[in-house]
Amino acid sequence: MIKIFAKLRDGSTTAISTKPDGSLMEAIRDSGIDELLALCGGCCSCATCHVHVDESWLSRLPDMSEDEDDLLESSEHRDNQSRLSCQILLTDDLDGLKVTIAQAD
Amino acid sequence: MRMYDVVIVGSGHGGAQAAISLRQFGFEGSILMVSRDTELPYERPPLSKEYLAGEKPFERLLIRPAEFWNSKNIEIELDCDMVSIDAESHVASSADGRQFAYGSLVWAAGGEPRMLSCPGADLQGVHGVRSRADVDHIAASLRSGANRIVVIGGGYIGLEAAAVLRKMRREVVLVEALPRVLSRVAGETISHFVQSMHKGQGVDLRLGVGVKRLVGDGSNVSGVELTDGTHIPADMVIVGIGIIPSVEPVKRAGVSGENGVDVDEQCKTSVADIYAIGDCACHTNAWAGGAHLRVESVQNASDMATTVAKVLCGQDAAYDAIPWFWSNQYDCRMQTAGLSVDYDQTVVRGLVAEAKFSLVYCKDGRISAIDCINNTKDYVQARKLIETRKVVDSVRLADASVPLKALGDL
Repeated sequence: MIKIFAKLRDGSTTAISTKPDGSLMEAIRDSGIDELLALCGGCCSCATCHVHVDESWLSRLPDMSEDEDDLLESSEHRDNQSRLSCQILLTDDLDGLKVTIAQAD
Repeated sequence: MRMYDVVIVGSGHGGAQAAISLRQFGFEGSILMVSRDTELPYERPPLSKEYLAGEKPFERLLIRPAEFWNSKNIEIELDCDMVSIDAESHVASSADGRQFAYGSLVWAAGGEPRMLSCPGADLQGVHGVRSRADVDHIAASLRSGANRIVVIGGGYIGLEAAAVLRKMRREVVLVEALPRVLSRVAGETISHFVQSMHKGQGVDLRLGVGVKRLVGDGSNVSGVELTDGTHIPADMVIVGIGIIPSVEPVKRAGVSGENGVDVDEQCKTSVADIYAIGDCACHTNAWAGGAHLRVESVQNASDMATTVAKVLCGQDAAYDAIPWFWSNQYDCRMQTAGLSVDYDQTVVRGLVAEAKFSLVYCKDGRISAIDCINNTKDYVQARKLIETRKVVDSVRLADASVPLKALGDL
């Protein structure tokens, strides 16, 4: 099990314990947090699972594909810490990952 | 008799999201979700893609883990077919005789796959693609050696199924009664591109020809006879020719509607305290030139669900979300924004031969919809132009080197 810390839209932080066998989006969704719509189910076809990744973790994540980059452009809340959480596959190395759920567009 | 403040009929994307959103918006009343399905709410788009391909296990399709519903105090009755509604006394009854009193009823029952009506249509080995059970039947048949597959219908479901089956190296014949695939939802440029992609992947396309009958070998399907007399041998037939909205119980209760049930922008039907959302809800869509239509998509189901949840929580809400849709076939990503039902001009951006282009649909100089092939940038930028309804220069629009977002600055 690894731990992920997700800061919600009201400013509170939830610790999520999860097996590192799926995407960050799935871990957040399955923990009972309803702030990610994740409408396309994780196939990088929408931008409804947008998170901001804590700066110290950014470089440890897989690179962004062109599609992810383009989709993030649709959000008014995009910044240089933005990622689509469905594109981050969890691994043991991501134990302790800190993210903030992006505001709704 | 059990009583609930809200009874939701249907556990697809619409029904599930309605329940989730009600709790998210602070609704404290009792909620019951009933479904004919035997599984907890799950995503349907992967059924014809990753789930059929065996790339994603069912558990990862669940919209929420099982314990979620209990923790949010959302009751669920599965394998429960709601067959009649007494609108006056606010009571819904199931096929097995159970009665549920409701304060508000949210009809999110979607539809059943339209099946063939020709001779042989009820043979074994003929499958729709709508539920987990449908795809499990198809997968079981593939495991036991089904190799020659006939897909009937060249819409998204049929094309996605064909793509997965070719990746699994099955022989696939796709039959479409109209002269081109996707004719109901996309322009000719898209249809022709998709046809050549499937041909290139080895799908045997039969266009502009109907199905006369299915031929059986005992109780199992063994072939398809087309209206031109051709006989195609088949171990399995997959039917993707649309859905029939599941609305009979609400219509008998007095709800109006010719194509599904009619709803207003708050998702209210013509009968008090009965709402309808998702595939079965016929509404006036602001992104279709005000046309009255049903939209079969996750976006529509989810956004209508959010709307009805707000309405039931006493908030101001009107359904006006911009439609969007996606499909993945082979390595090709298709994305659509807007609805291409009301347009007077189409413009191609990019190179069809390079499989990276967009087809833009315009009305009175404004972009009303876009279909993008491996072209997410256009998809994202066109959405903004559709939303702002700005008039765009059609010459610059056709120049793929000009980003769409630059057209909004005119």
